[in-house]
This record gives sequence, structure tokens and C-alpha cells, in this order.
Amino acid sequence: MSTVAETVRPSPGPSPDREVPPGTRTPPGPARRTRSPRTWLQGGGLSSLLFALPLLLVFGIFSWWPIISAVVMSFQKTNLIDPAQWVGLDNFRAVISDPLMPRVVANTAWFALLALVLGYPVPLIGAVLMSELRRRRGLYSVLAYLPVVVPPVVAVLLWKFFYDPGPAGVFNTILGWVGIGPVGWLNSQTMAMPSLVLEATWAAAGGTVIIYLAALVAVPPELYDAAEVDGASVWGKIWHVTLPQLRGVLFITLILQIIGTAQVFLEPFLFTNGGPNHATETIMLRVYNLAFTTLGSNFGQATALSLLLAVFLAVLSIIYFRLTRSWSQS
Amino acid sequence: MTTVREQTAPALQTLPGPRGLRARLARRRGQGDEPEQRRVLSSSDWRRPAVKWVWRAMHFLLLLLLLVCCVGPIFLLVKFAFTPTQDIQATPLKFFPNGWTLDNITMAWTRYRIGKYFLNTVWVALGSWFCQVLVATTGGYVLSVLRPRWAKALNWAVLTTLFVPAVVLLIPLYKIIVNPPIGDSLINNYFAVWLPAGASAFDVVLVARFFDSLPREVFEAARVDGAGPFRVFWSIVLPMSRPIIGVVSVFAVIASWKDFLWPFLVLQSDTVKPLSVYLQSMANVDKGTLMAALAISTSIPIVMFLLFQRMFLSGAGTGGAVKG
Repeated sequence: MSTVAETVRPSPGPSPDREVPPGTRTPPGPARRTRSPRTWLQGGGLSSLLFALPLLLVFGIFSWWPIISAVVMSFQKTNLIDPAQWVGLDNFRAVISDPLMPRVVANTAWFALLALVLGYPVPLIGAVLMSELRRRRGLYSVLAYLPVVVPPVVAVLLWKFFYDPGPAGVFNTILGWVGIGPVGWLNSQTMAMPSLVLEATWAAAGGTVIIYLAALVAVPPELYDAAEVDGASVWGKIWHVTLPQLRGVLFITLILQIIGTAQVFLEPFLFTNGGPNHATETIMLRVYNLAFTTLGSNFGQATALSLLLAVFLAVLSIIYFRLTRSWSQS
Repeated sequence: MTTVREQTAPALQTLPGPRGLRARLARRRGQGDEPEQRRVLSSSDWRRPAVKWVWRAMHFLLLLLLLVCCVGPIFLLVKFAFTPTQDIQATPLKFFPNGWTLDNITMAWTRYRIGKYFLNTVWVALGSWFCQVLVATTGGYVLSVLRPRWAKALNWAVLTTLFVPAVVLLIPLYKIIVNPPIGDSLINNYFAVWLPAGASAFDVVLVARFFDSLPREVFEAARVDGAGPFRVFWSIVLPMSRPIIGVVSVFAVIASWKDFLWPFLVLQSDTVKPLSVYLQSMANVDKGTLMAALAISTSIPIVMFLLFQRMFLSGAGTGGAVKG
């Protein structure tokens, strides 16, 4: 890094003898460019480097290098003990031909879809209602945000108790009041996934509400006045002004939610550990099982799968932004 | 609060400039009672009885829903913490049918030593906080204020990591923790959580953007007075950036409080295990004790949230979504 800085750093300022702090916006001195280490030092090159050091070290070791090494590992057979072996595309082949893979992908897609159906409209309706409050909006937002601050492990363990399949379980008691009889929740292959999604939505919706509220404040009030002059009703204003104005935020939260739910791990891991009969095993849980449970311990395959997921999400986001670009700006 | 009421007067609504300013000032002053910025419903809409009652009813319904759905489970958790185990399991929704008890709390605290793991979590949070603030402020200073020639490349390199989903990092990061470039394995060492937490591109970008908004004249003046880059950083930039450091701090503490998978992988020994990992291993103990443990570990984040609501709610608006 330092060599780059030495060669391109311009002469720092009008008086090269005095220590001139870097980044000064004084116009660069007359066309005299001595690119010696000495001028670099005097120009504050060293202090810039010192300040960048924590970032360079931490990002270098814990962010940039792991990203590169993920690509490398996906072509290797490696388990941390034996020396790594190059195996070409074998990991990818193994991952794709894994008999569990269609199930796992379908489960993840099912989770993402349910989370969208359940978790996308609810915060929007809540936020639109809340932004019309004339008083105590703070109270409403605090209440809505409360579940977000509950630690996820706590939320899952608590809800796991709520989902007790016996007739005395919390949710089954409530359903019992209206005469619906005990549901299997996490023990049932069909109900397990919706149960997970319900908890995940509970834990995340508050954050989305706050984002929408911030976006609603930014809607120019003149638009409402104009709509009113044109005789729009309240619903007309919401439909023709509020929602179109929220488009940009709605598009972003949609793709962020898909990216987030595609990597869901905590709920399936803690609620059901993938069961019953693999009904809730998601891609991330599969990555975890490949890498860290004793039968797998196959880091190469796990990395290959995680890379495939990342590439899929990247392609999806690019297509998504291409498609929505024309709608979200205007 | 009289000014707040005046704000809704139609005459003022037509003046965009001062209304915005006053609204902002008033918002800063009053806690929940925010002055009405013009939204979908206008004052004349509110005067129509049909609209008024429909919206009031909807707001009331929303409040009920929020109380039942958002507060309800947390309330039940607190109630369970003081309910004997038999009652929790037999009649979870009855309100203390056979009296209340402190046994769960004492059991969780003394036998299962929640306090110890609580302290571990505090250590995890403190170290992660320090790492994040150090990297974000120094990095932001380089990217925004010092701006060496290579700042652009650095900025780009930091930004790219925002687009790499966390899945990809999990296994290579684990490998690095087991075989770090220098020294022994960092498994069961707090540094295994602290250092990767520092590599938060989101924090760096947030802080750098805030530094961009600081007036350059102040830095210039300090330089003219002979302050070097370190002095400018320590005595000028840091004191001026208290608000953003506050936001980053709250996020850092909350994130490390919530984190599960990574500590679960690298902090497995009892001496370093944080609360979230410990709770998972408690899943099958006596229900009353478990509920007490869950309630204790929820109390701190909730108290923090209620104390720093403003920071949470505005922070979530600016970029909570990116952080996920």
C-alpha cells in the first residue's frame, strides 16, 4: 500500500519544509511534484497509513481474506486437519447431486415466500396507520419495536414453549377457546415451517415499521394537498400518493428481506434442527451441517454451497434492480 | 406545548419553511406528542366525523394489536419467570393460579449461574464495541478527512464487503480463527468475536458519511494553529462525532447481545460462553428456571432500548435494514 501512496502523492502544499497535515484542501503547489518518500512522510502519508492500520488489519484478515479464501476453499477438499487437496469442481458437483438439495432449496424458498406473505404487508399497513397518529406516535413505535430488541435465542426458546403441541400449550389453549383443537405446530411436517415464519415475523416486523415510518415522513406534503384539490378521498390519497412515494423503500425492503430470509439459520436450528423429517432444513442449516456436524466435517462442500447461494442472491439482486429501476425512479 | 397545537392551524400549513423548522424543533423537544406534519389526513379530513371515527377506531385497534402481539409474549415471559413450573406447564395463561414464587429467579441465578454468563456477554459486547468504534472512527477519518490518494480504492474495498452475504464468510472465518496468521488458535478466546466484529463495513460507511458532514473550516483552523492529524482526530473530530459514535455503540452492543451462531462456533467453553449460547444449552432444563433465565437475559436490552429509544428508532430508520 505504501508504495502506491509514495508514487502518487502530490507535493503537499506551498511550504514543503513545514509539516502540512494531509487532506488540506489548499490547491496543490506549483507543478513541482517530487515523489520521494520524504515528501510523502511530510505530507502526512505516514499518519494516514497509521490511521488506516486498524481498518486494514481487521478488514484484511477478517473480511477480504475470508472472501478470497471462500472461493479457494470451494475448489478444495479440506477439513482443517488434513492438508487441503485441489478437487476442481467436485464440491459443486457433490452439492448439486446431493439428494437432500431439492428439499433444502424448496424449504428455503417456502420460508422466504411465507415470510413475504406474512411479513411484508403487515408492517406497511401498521406504518401507514401509525403515521396518521396525531398523538403518542412514540408510544406506538416503541411497542412495535419491542420484539426487535428481544435477543433472538430468547425469542425462539420462548416461542418454542408457546408452540407446545399438548392441549395445555399456550397457542393451543388460545385456539381451544374458539374450539380449534390442538395443533401439532413444530411436530407437524406441514405446520412446522409456518410456525417458524410466524416467530421470525414477530421478531423482525418492528424494524421494518420504523423504516417505513421514516420514509413516510419524507413524502412531500404538497402532493397530498394537490391530491385533495383534485378531490381525492383518503383512500385515494393513500393509494395514489403514499404508496407510489414509498416505492423506492418498498423495493429495497423487499429484496433485503429476500436476501435475509434466504440465509435463515437461527429459527430452523433452534426450533426444530431441520426436522421433522427435514421439513425445515434450510440452505444455511445444510451449510452448517456439512461443515460442523461430525458426519460431514466437509468444509469444501459447505463453502461451495454457501458460494452458490451468494451468487444466486447476487444475480437475483442484479436482475431485481434492473427490473425495478425504471419504476422506482421517476 | 401551545406552539405544538398552533402548528396544526391551517394558516401555518401553507408556509413550508418555518413549519418544517418548527416541526423539527418541536419534535426534538416533545417526546411522543409529535406536532402534526401534514400526512394523508388533512385537518379538514379530521373534522369529518366519518373519517375521524373510522381512523380513531383503527388506531385503537392497532394499539390493542400491538399490546397483544408485541408486548403480550414479553409480558407472558415475565409472568412465567415468577410462576411455579407446574402452573407454567398446566395453565400457562392463568394469572398466578397458585401464587407466585421467586424460586425460578434464584435457581437461574445461583444453580445455573446466569450472572456469570451475563458477565461473559458484557465482555463480548464491550470488546466488540471497542473494536467497531476504533476501526470505524480511524477508518472513517482516513476515508473522509485525511483522504490520501489511496482512499478511493480503500473506500471501494470496504464498500464491496457490504454486498457479500454473511453466509460466505462463515466457514473461511472459522478456519482463520482456528489457524490465525499469527499465534495459536483463537477458539474460546474473546478476540475471536471482537476482531471480526470490527470488520463492519456498515459502521465505517456510516461514520465516514458523518465525518463528511462536519465543517471543514474547523479542521483547517486547527491545522493553522499547528495541530497534527492525531491532535485533530482526538480533540476535534472525536468530540464532534459523539452522536454517530452513540449510534454505532448502541448497534454494536445490541448486535453482540443478539449474536448467536458465531459465538456458538467459537466460544464454546464455559469460561467464555456468552448468555445466548448458554441459553441454548439450557433449552431442556426445568421450564420455570428456563423462563427466569430468558427473562433475565431480555431485561438488559429492553432497559437499554427504553433508555435510548430515540437512538434506536432513528438509527433503525437510517440504516437498520442494511445491518439486518
